Amino acid sequence: MSFETLNSPLATSFDLPGRNRRPSTLGPWIAGRLGPLVSRYGLIVGFLVLWQISSKLGWVNPTIFPPLDLIIAALWEGISSGALLDDIAISLQRSGLAFASAVAIGIPLGLFMGQIRAVEQALDPLLQFFRQTSALALYPVFILLLGLGEASKVFVIFWATLFPLLLATIGGVKEVDTKLIEMARTYGAGPVTIFRRIVLPASVPAIFVGLRLSATTALLLLIAAEMIGANKGIGFQVMNAQYNFQVPLMFAAILLLALLGLAANAVLVLLQRKLCRWSQINA
Amino acid sequence: MSIAHAVRGEVTIRHLSKSFVLNGKPLPVLRDLNFKIRPGESLAIVGASGSGKTTLLRVLAGLEEADSGEVLIEGKVIRGVGTERAVIFQEPRLLPWLTVIDNVGFGLETQGLSREEARTRARRYVQLVGLQSFENAYPRQLSGGMAQRVGIARALAVQPEILLLDEPLGALDAMTKISMQQELARIWRDEDVTTVLVTHDLEEAIYLADRILILPKDKGGEPRLIEIDLPRPRDRSTPAFVRHREELLNLFGLH
Ligand SMILES: Nc1ncnc2c1ncn2[C@@H]1O[C@H](COP(=O)(O)OP(=O)(O)OP(=O)(O)O)[C@@H](O)[C@H]1O
Ligand SMILES: [Mg+2]
Repeated sequence: MSFETLNSPLATSFDLPGRNRRPSTLGPWIAGRLGPLVSRYGLIVGFLVLWQISSKLGWVNPTIFPPLDLIIAALWEGISSGALLDDIAISLQRSGLAFASAVAIGIPLGLFMGQIRAVEQALDPLLQFFRQTSALALYPVFILLLGLGEASKVFVIFWATLFPLLLATIGGVKEVDTKLIEMARTYGAGPVTIFRRIVLPASVPAIFVGLRLSATTALLLLIAAEMIGANKGIGFQVMNAQYNFQVPLMFAAILLLALLGLAANAVLVLLQRKLCRWSQINA
Repeated sequence: MSIAHAVRGEVTIRHLSKSFVLNGKPLPVLRDLNFKIRPGESLAIVGASGSGKTTLLRVLAGLEEADSGEVLIEGKVIRGVGTERAVIFQEPRLLPWLTVIDNVGFGLETQGLSREEARTRARRYVQLVGLQSFENAYPRQLSGGMAQRVGIARALAVQPEILLLDEPLGALDAMTKISMQQELARIWRDEDVTTVLVTHDLEEAIYLADRILILPKDKGGEPRLIEIDLPRPRDRSTPAFVRHREELLNLFGLH
């Protein structure tokens, strides 16, 4: 994933003598700095520029694809007036609660299931079945069971975030090198030590893949969860703005969701780098 | 640690047999083995591929159970793994999330020392294998030979009575291998430990071992033990060394 490709702290954390230093001339230095920036952000910048130009020049219908400055103005207006802040707060609360529950249940359950083959094998078909059943398809069922209030909204997000995390954790535990476990046994390590010193650290990278997938899902699901029976939230604003044909506001809310998703991902990547200094994250 | 008495590190193998099941048929690997490993000696085990060297070593380590017969250490029958034995596998088996010093201290920590205590004791063994400037490196930052040395240091750090090695230098290039053999010879000399070294390399066996156990290829054959009474440090080019090599090659029908 693109967040990992650059500037890994690992590249600088271990300086062997004789390691290549950056040449001190300015030209190559700028090219060296600019090159990765262009390759990384070039496409998105190009896309935004194209959007702005084609909307301004009427290549696309500006009422459906308003120019970026209008969208950003709408976003700024919503935030500075405080109108969107409430939506952000309630949405983050819903997603956050769902995500936290998925973490609290998914990771321990995954660690447990991954270790015990029989449990994993018994539960796997069920898991695969649930995973294939889209959370959105089950939303009506959750509403039926939990009513139209907060509970069903949080639950549908929780449901959608649980499975990526659970499956990633199980996968991580199952991938643990049994040779390392055997090695630990020869040093007198019991099951608890083996879990704490081998299984857990070995699963962390896989768990983080799940965490990042889940965090993104938790925000994406807001649109669906707040489509029905909500009068607040970023997802609600997307739907509501569309309904009222406030197209810039609609895009502003979508942009907001994307930015939150990027922020969540960035936080998790940072955390992963802190916890997994040992692994070459970008390999 | 157990008390150091006369038989510290003595291993007795009695009527040891082991078969595996392959495609529903029994595959005998070790047949009624009987021998003693003297305290403090270094025994090399050689034999053709598939002759059961690794299997024997794993039985001694307690990672594999024998079908019949027993292994006694200092007169007591072993059951499973034990901390008086340490194993050096063919691959270094380092924990990628621990630095060199913490990998070396791993066995000490599982045996109850705190991380700091383990580090303090591990430091000496990191030095012993010449990696003091890599103490804080992670395994992925090491070369194959360096990683193998970390594995050796980790095993030595727990001060085992018996060190079991399964082709520890098998994956190394010729030059690294020779320098590691010299290092091992030096370590054997300085540390009070009984060693069992499985190797493919006859020269390595003669260079390091006090005795060599040759496992037969076909299961009808008898295992043989030969004594290597060369003075140490050994020199591969002396006539006596070369004679031992030829004797071994003859035993394998390669001369
Ligand atoms: N877990 C196992 N299950 C079934 N058969 C096994 C198992 N481990 C080893 N064997 C068989 O036992 C025989 C001896 O294997 P072993 O690994 O001890 O040989 P080795 O002497 O170490 O060979 P090499 O020099 O190639 O390492 C082989 O025929 C192998 O197929
Ligand atoms: Mg082998």
